[in-house]
Amino acid sequence: MNRRPIKILVAKPGLDGHDRGAKVVAHALKEAGMEVIYTGLHKTVDQIIRIAVEEDVDVIGLSIMSGAHIPITEKLVKKAKEEGIGDKMVVVGGVIPNRDIPKLKELGAGGVFPGGTPFAEITGFITANVKS
Amino acid sequence: MGVARYTKDEKDRITDVELQSGIHVKACYGPEDLERVGFSYEKDLAPPGQYPFTRGIHAEGFRSRAWTTRQYTGFGTPEESNERFRLMISHGQTGLNVAFDLPTQMGYDSDDPMAEGEVGRVGMAIDSLRDFEIAFKGINLEKIGSGLTINAVASIMLAMYQAVAEKYGFDPKKISATPQNDILKEMIGRGSWIFPVEPAVNLIGDTIEYSMTTLPRTNPVSICGYHIRESGATPAQEIGYAILIANAYIDNVLKRGYDVDDFVGRFSFNLNVFGNIWEQVAKFRAARKLWARNLKEKYGVRKDSNMYLRGLFGGGGYGLTKAQPENNIMRGAYYALSAALAGAQTIALCSYDEAYTIPTPHSAIISLRTLQLLMDEIGLRDTVDPLAGSYFIETITKEMEQKIEEEMEKIEKIGGITQAVATGYVQRLVSQQAYEYEKGLQSGELKKVGLNIYTEGEPMEVELHEYTGESAEKQIAALKQLRRERSDADVKRTLTELEAAARAGKNVMPSLVECCKAYTTVGEMARVFRDVFGEFQEPGLF
Repeated sequence: MNRRPIKILVAKPGLDGHDRGAKVVAHALKEAGMEVIYTGLHKTVDQIIRIAVEEDVDVIGLSIMSGAHIPITEKLVKKAKEEGIGDKMVVVGGVIPNRDIPKLKELGAGGVFPGGTPFAEITGFITANVKS
Repeated sequence: MGVARYTKDEKDRITDVELQSGIHVKACYGPEDLERVGFSYEKDLAPPGQYPFTRGIHAEGFRSRAWTTRQYTGFGTPEESNERFRLMISHGQTGLNVAFDLPTQMGYDSDDPMAEGEVGRVGMAIDSLRDFEIAFKGINLEKIGSGLTINAVASIMLAMYQAVAEKYGFDPKKISATPQNDILKEMIGRGSWIFPVEPAVNLIGDTIEYSMTTLPRTNPVSICGYHIRESGATPAQEIGYAILIANAYIDNVLKRGYDVDDFVGRFSFNLNVFGNIWEQVAKFRAARKLWARNLKEKYGVRKDSNMYLRGLFGGGGYGLTKAQPENNIMRGAYYALSAALAGAQTIALCSYDEAYTIPTPHSAIISLRTLQLLMDEIGLRDTVDPLAGSYFIETITKEMEQKIEEEMEKIEKIGGITQAVATGYVQRLVSQQAYEYEKGLQSGELKKVGLNIYTEGEPMEVELHEYTGESAEKQIAALKQLRRERSDADVKRTLTELEAAARAGKNVMPSLVECCKAYTTVGEMARVFRDVFGEFQEPGLF
């Protein structure tokens, strides 16, 4: 059976400080029984990857409201591979126009959840897709 | 329906309405309700323009002066922003509300590795006075006032605004800047903080102290309940926390030995409008009364005009939906109506496409026209405080006042607002509330048109503002050129003086103005502050 609860890092990359969404989703994931680590604001991709490695998380969740979701996701996925955690699931949320969703998936995002996505959809997706 | 919680019986008849702040609305109000809440005409209302200013700060309201229209504007390079500023002014906008990009807000130059991907994205990129010269070219800064959405580095941007005004021959005593300059709210929500609480509040104190003599028409601080509400606070908390935060800034300046009447008249507020219309109107009326009473009773303010709550009441972004985005135009109109009915000094609206990205010129002008239409076509300037005397409005204004006071007492009990922010108490509380609110939307308990009711119809694509890397490349090239052309000796000298002032705990504003005039960059000035003050350690979420 399950070894432990799913461990997820909720990360706020870059300079954007709008954290309502990240915090709300963190609450929802926690209530769904996951172990949630929240990075706090203004983290670089390197810092996020370092925390992900140190904490041995199963999933990295990025919350991006500024519009820079494509370059940030690209950079993070690349760095994750370099640091040997390319197998971890990356999910992206925030202000994401629909037209950018295929591109984010192509870059390596497992799931993309624009603002307003029902919590059940997010937690259901993660639970079903995390490699255990 | 909407943001309030409704209870209905089996015949779909509403049996209870609970507003976000916890006030229960009845089916009908009469004189007995005024009696129940202890309403007194002299104490609670009084004529407009008279203490406690519940009915507004001017005797004739919008008859004597219409509200200022101030759409949040700025993107890309200073050239692109200047063009957009002029477009808005040419369409009748009466003030500017300047949007800066994230690197500028966080004190990084456009060529800093931390700025990668963000230059000019959510606002205008500003590295030095040269950029301000371009951004404000051809704009009469003695006639048009500028809101500057800047907080952690507001002191730097205010100094730069003075420098650009002088460069173009305007009298600093006649220019009117309104930097947000509210760092405690950034720590609660919005997140553009850099320095720890104490030095950050001190920088705000510096701008207020400096403005008293050098920039007397400037509003050095605009306390933003707006973003606190966006982060999940109730309307009562929005006002309660804003007043406590304002008091923290007042206390900082009082410690420097000034009389409160010397400076508090230049404080302004930036407050949020979304949700239940009656709750919004009651909130603003109660806020004016409480702010005036706070100043008179707690601080002994004597002059009436120093007790005015002057506010930008802005249509709240959180009220908008990505679903059925054109509905946001109507939402904006109702938010503006609420703000106008409540006697705003300035109104701005989020445009209908801002649930996606920053607005196009098309959507920004629809917002501006919405405000102009209320002003010149619908009759919102006809008479002052038109809802006054309504049994309902006066009762819930009084109830709102009590709710706000309760929220203030809760914070005072745990050691005051500075402490409550430094320890993360407020952040945890509002994020928990935001989560509950979101659950209410997802379960359908809270109604939102197009989102969880009346969702029929095909999803529509809106035309969006496009971000390309080109502006960033231009900006970085211009910055490199500036670094080659300016006098390194002047830069070094002014930065050394700035550091000495910061380390000695002196007012940094005169040194910042000198830095700006020497074309020292925002990143270089902020670097000095980072070295001297350190950085804020964000408290945990859970």
